Amino acid sequence: MEIFADLASLLNSTLRISTPLIFAAMAGLFAERSGVIDFSLEGKMLTAAFVAAVGSYYFGSPWLGLILAIIACVSLSMLHGFASVTHKGDQVVSCVAINILMIGLTTALAAAWFGQAGLTPTLTDEQRFLEITFPFADAIRSIPIIGFIYSDILSGHYIFVYLAYISVPIVFWIVFKTSFGLRLRAVGENPSAVDSAGINVFAMRYKALMINGVLIAFAGAHLSTAVNANFFREMSAGRGYLALAALIFGKWHPKTALIACLLFGFTDALQIRLQGVELPAIGTIPVQLIQAIPYVLTVVLLAGFVGKAIGPRAIGQPYIKER
Amino acid sequence: MSSAVDKSKVPWWVSNLIVPIVNLILALLVSALFIFIAGENPIEAVKLIIYGSFGYIEGFAYTLYYTTNFIFTGLAFAVAFHCRLFNIGGEGQAYIGGLGVYFAAIHFSFLPVPIVWILAIAGAIVFGGAWAFIPAYLQAKRGSHVVITTIMFNFIASSLMIYLLVDVIRDTNQMGPHTIAVAKELWFPTFKEFGELIGIKVRYSPLNLSFLLAIAASVFVWFLVWRTKWGYEMRAVGHNTQAAIYAGISPYKNIIIAMVISGGLAGLLAINEVLGVHHKIVSGFPAGYGFTGIAVALMGRNHPIGIFPAALLFGILYQGGSEVTFDMPNISRYMFVAVQGVIILFSGALENLFRPQVESFFVNKLNIRKKG
Repeated sequence: MEIFADLASLLNSTLRISTPLIFAAMAGLFAERSGVIDFSLEGKMLTAAFVAAVGSYYFGSPWLGLILAIIACVSLSMLHGFASVTHKGDQVVSCVAINILMIGLTTALAAAWFGQAGLTPTLTDEQRFLEITFPFADAIRSIPIIGFIYSDILSGHYIFVYLAYISVPIVFWIVFKTSFGLRLRAVGENPSAVDSAGINVFAMRYKALMINGVLIAFAGAHLSTAVNANFFREMSAGRGYLALAALIFGKWHPKTALIACLLFGFTDALQIRLQGVELPAIGTIPVQLIQAIPYVLTVVLLAGFVGKAIGPRAIGQPYIKER
Repeated sequence: MSSAVDKSKVPWWVSNLIVPIVNLILALLVSALFIFIAGENPIEAVKLIIYGSFGYIEGFAYTLYYTTNFIFTGLAFAVAFHCRLFNIGGEGQAYIGGLGVYFAAIHFSFLPVPIVWILAIAGAIVFGGAWAFIPAYLQAKRGSHVVITTIMFNFIASSLMIYLLVDVIRDTNQMGPHTIAVAKELWFPTFKEFGELIGIKVRYSPLNLSFLLAIAASVFVWFLVWRTKWGYEMRAVGHNTQAAIYAGISPYKNIIIAMVISGGLAGLLAINEVLGVHHKIVSGFPAGYGFTGIAVALMGRNHPIGIFPAALLFGILYQGGSEVTFDMPNISRYMFVAVQGVIILFSGALENLFRPQVESFFVNKLNIRKKG
């Protein structure tokens, strides 16, 4: 029975840990499918975490915090668009700028407003999102397998966890089943063809970036107003980059990106579980090395040991309209 | 948005001097706004920055000490950037470079001091370069984007070094996670000792011989990038990979060379920190200098002559900034990280924001003068 309990907690944490990665990967998918590189997921996630925590603290509602986080992230996406779509600046440089700017600004403002070495005040239960327990979760826990899956793995997560998994089929539908999605993908593959069909390339990319900003805000809000009850410095801890690696590994496809995110989530859950555990034949692995596992996995996966990833063809290239 | 003026008519000093200065001013204005939002007076902050970095001799020495670090990491980013590679792993490469310095200084301490120094410099370059080699190889052969892999390598380097510092090479007589100190005669002479030599008394500052190494590295980078076949090939690959392939230049080879040299330069940061300041490896010694190198290189337009003033500016911001954080409780050192981001934004991504206006303004002005 202990193995079951272990497995349940491992799968439960996998679902939870994958959540910000999924939002970020879906956000990145919109930007990159439209031909705009987005390394700034990291900075935006951090921004959302900060704004959501501060907003929720001041206004007493995590939903208001979330809305403010969305506004902040959409603004940053627009800034990225302004630099790299309108002014044709280097997209990677623009992303690096946003990341460094927000790493600095979030902590600097947290320190200026709240002291406390860059922490925001701890949110009360009214100011944050709480776990949702499914109806009858306790009642059917004793039923074998079903009870285990329903009560121990699926029930008891934050709202963002469920939203993240719901977002994947929706993103799939938008990108692959609607005319908007067709245009979006075409803009990323062959912008001049789209342009000659009378569709505004710049407007499409801005729209994609707007959706990108909304989605990434959920990832940040999940970190600071659900899983944790405050913002602390650099709390996104590379998740934006992991999500991007998952997106690339998933070949810019929602379903495969989801699988990659779950894989990262599982590895992370496993590394937390393995800390301090004595393994047969190996002994205890030092905690610092275990913590590096997700990052090593990212490198290994990106190295494409599972096939080369080919991205949208026009990615990273500013579109120059001919006159 | 096409350029308003004929590029060939724009004098070099307008596009390479006036435009960057305009961008810098914009960035500093936005930064002033941040300081205002944080609840402090930006003008007072500027006064403190200038006093802290120039107001007294030790302050200025501190400024040059930071400048040294930024020259190394700025050059590192610039070399890779000429091959169109974004090496944002300077942080990890410098950290690992520290191992090379430390091992050379510990295991070869029986050799004459100058030889150990050379070995330590070689160690910094080799270890830093090796840490950049893997992302370079993966970029060249497998197409894994160097931005993600170098960031991952920063995280991995940090984990690895903490592990080593806690469990393997830690000074067991001390509490903190750091190594034992290297032999005292190997410590790089400091500015204070130079001062004593010529009869000037100054108090301690971390400025040391590494500053001259940074200048030498700048000359080396200039020579490498603009005066050698390697540099030419690297730039060719960066400028137009397809054309380079047709000219018989291998992008794989050049991606790896550019990244390894870049990593080696980042590794040199460890010379300044390990031999010059701490005299041992302390946990987290790269302290963000690697990231600042990005801003330095972009502001300096990836040329050693531009990188020096850019590094100096960041030295001023760091040293002056610590004066500000001391006097202004609402400003933390993270504010200056944000300032870096703004500078990268305006002198990198948005460098063309006002370029057409500025260029056409000067071209028109010059034309009027010629006609008159």
